[in-house]
Amino acid sequence: MKHTLAVLVENNPGVLAKVANLFSRRGYNIESLVVSDTEDKSISRMTIMVDGDEKIIEQVTKQLHKLVDVIKVNDLTYDETVRRQLLLVRVSADRENRGEIIQLMDIFRARIIDIGRRSLIIEATGDEEKIDAIIKSLQPFGVQEIVKTGISAMVRSPKDK
Amino acid sequence: MQLNGADIVIKSLESQGVDTIFGYPGGAVLEIYDSLKKSNIKHVLVRNEQGGAHAASGYARATGKVGVCLATSGPGATNLVTGIATAYMDSVPLVAFTGQVARSMIGTDAFQEIDITGITAPITKHNYLVQKVEDLAQIIAEAFYIASTGRPGPVLIDIPRDVAQAMTDYEPIKDVDIRSYKPTINGHGGMIKKAVKEISQAEKMVICVGGGVLAANAAAEVQQLAKMKNATVVSTMMGLSAYPDQAEEFLGMLGTYGNAGANMAIQDCDCLLAIGMRFDDRVISVPDKFAPKAKIIHIDVDPAEIGKNVDVDIPIVGDAKAVLAEINDNLEQKKEQLVQSVRYPKQGIPVPDTLNVPWVMRLIAGMVDAEKTIVTTDVGQHQVWTANSYPFQHPRKFISSGGLGTMGYGIPAAVGAQMGCPDNLVLAVTGDGSFQMCMHELGTIMEQNLPLKILVFNNNALGMVRQLQYHYVGERYNAVHFERSVDFMKLAEAYGAKGYQINNQEEAPSILREAFDNGVFSIVEIAIDVDDLCLPIVLGGHGIDDMVTG
Repeated sequence: MKHTLAVLVENNPGVLAKVANLFSRRGYNIESLVVSDTEDKSISRMTIMVDGDEKIIEQVTKQLHKLVDVIKVNDLTYDETVRRQLLLVRVSADRENRGEIIQLMDIFRARIIDIGRRSLIIEATGDEEKIDAIIKSLQPFGVQEIVKTGISAMVRSPKDK
Repeated sequence: MQLNGADIVIKSLESQGVDTIFGYPGGAVLEIYDSLKKSNIKHVLVRNEQGGAHAASGYARATGKVGVCLATSGPGATNLVTGIATAYMDSVPLVAFTGQVARSMIGTDAFQEIDITGITAPITKHNYLVQKVEDLAQIIAEAFYIASTGRPGPVLIDIPRDVAQAMTDYEPIKDVDIRSYKPTINGHGGMIKKAVKEISQAEKMVICVGGGVLAANAAAEVQQLAKMKNATVVSTMMGLSAYPDQAEEFLGMLGTYGNAGANMAIQDCDCLLAIGMRFDDRVISVPDKFAPKAKIIHIDVDPAEIGKNVDVDIPIVGDAKAVLAEINDNLEQKKEQLVQSVRYPKQGIPVPDTLNVPWVMRLIAGMVDAEKTIVTTDVGQHQVWTANSYPFQHPRKFISSGGLGTMGYGIPAAVGAQMGCPDNLVLAVTGDGSFQMCMHELGTIMEQNLPLKILVFNNNALGMVRQLQYHYVGERYNAVHFERSVDFMKLAEAYGAKGYQINNQEEAPSILREAFDNGVFSIVEIAIDVDDLCLPIVLGGHGIDDMVTG
């Protein structure tokens, strides 16, 4: 099962290498990884998607915690989260079908950010399902190039009654 | 006070109470060596940086203090790697300093540049590349704190040459507080309660001590618990010397090379209290065949060790001494309800009446003052035989590479042990194979006038690999026999040591006596039969009660 780990680390040089090293050395597989700084400039947050059973995830979490630069590890898998990834996709388009693509992208609230003679670049954000759906819907037109970030995730705020 | 980086290194070492460091100079550490000259810290010039790391490890394990080694950049740093890895696997507190090329040169493949923080990331508890001289004092203080607390381990500090040259204000660091590093000391109250209940009711209880008992200085607490409960005690190789061998309840080492009695006890017991050990494959052999009837209580300071190899019933993360003290207090209070455990019988390993390693180690045990004798070993048959036959009575008197199994560890480790404990008799037990892996450190022993004794058991072979070829590949021996033997007596002479040879049982006592009493560096070569096997042995895929005895 895929787990989403939110890992807070000291914003020190070499931290990313140490985390990546740990995964490869222990034979864990990173599905995706997003790193950025946070509201506290001294802390970076890594959102790591990793595949494994409960036992493996427990070991991953504990081994991550052993790294001195790691401040906190949260497994967000069972929390209510907002999950987003960014997609950039270059799709073949000419004057004939450009309108059709734009209409289609409106449904997904995706945006056209570059128009060329024979192609468009589309930008979209969403969870994994939405991003997959967008790519599928574009395939008939001819997808030329795809760039995606990994998943970023944040736990939803508690709601009033 | 304005100091350069190199002076800050030395001042910081002094403020940590470091009295001895093991090192090898070079271009990237010129300034550090220049500052070291002004200090009272004793520098031991080793013959290869690997020896320096091993010696620092031997020093740390014999004294309980942090061992320190120093090497230059590039090959100096890479030579440390085996020593650091050895210390990492055995949780030895070490701080290793390496020189690095100047910051402006990093990444240019400069002369003697190597990415040592990258290389050592998986074999250190933590490491640092110092970016600014202003950070140096803080980093060194943190390194010592990290190396020596929680589960001990090696920390490496890589210092670019221009950082060592740069000036800054120096203030000694008083307290270290690292927000991302807070080792757990006290065990979880609920878990301790559960453990106490389990222990109280257990009818056949076995306690297994690991290296963590030595690291936490918890030997007394283990003994108190064992006595109260009438429990049987066994040990991993790393735990040897934590529990007095002469105690009736102590059955010796368990595992694939363990004592049959210890293994049988584990497989039969209904409660196993594992303390400061990590269920290594040489201890458990096959995870699901290990201690099948037992409720397992596991005390370890490293949460990642709990449930890693074997599922446990009651996990307790914390310092072994603190956790055991609390368990003991609880048990003491309900002493009346405490079920007394059945105790498993002690059974020794077979010691044939020939000139062989167990026979010699037993003989030696009768000749020396156990409280003032440190035994180091290399890796191989002699190591297993020594672990099984020499009766370790006092903590920190056995120093051996358990986790990584590093041939070449024993002699430099003995150098460190002797430097740290000058009033002890230090015996480096080795074989003719291991001896030649770090033989260069004979130069260090000679130069430092160390009166340590090297006992080299010579069978003209790599005995352990040969034994594995015997068991696993149908006696098709390959690359395990030395066609020509080293003349160890000439070698002794070359390095200013007294050389002795023992070829039969009769002459052994008098020759050993002379070698132990002569007050100088000695090499004793003891001829053993190449066909001697470490028995019993558990072969791969078998439970630890399924032992081959011949």
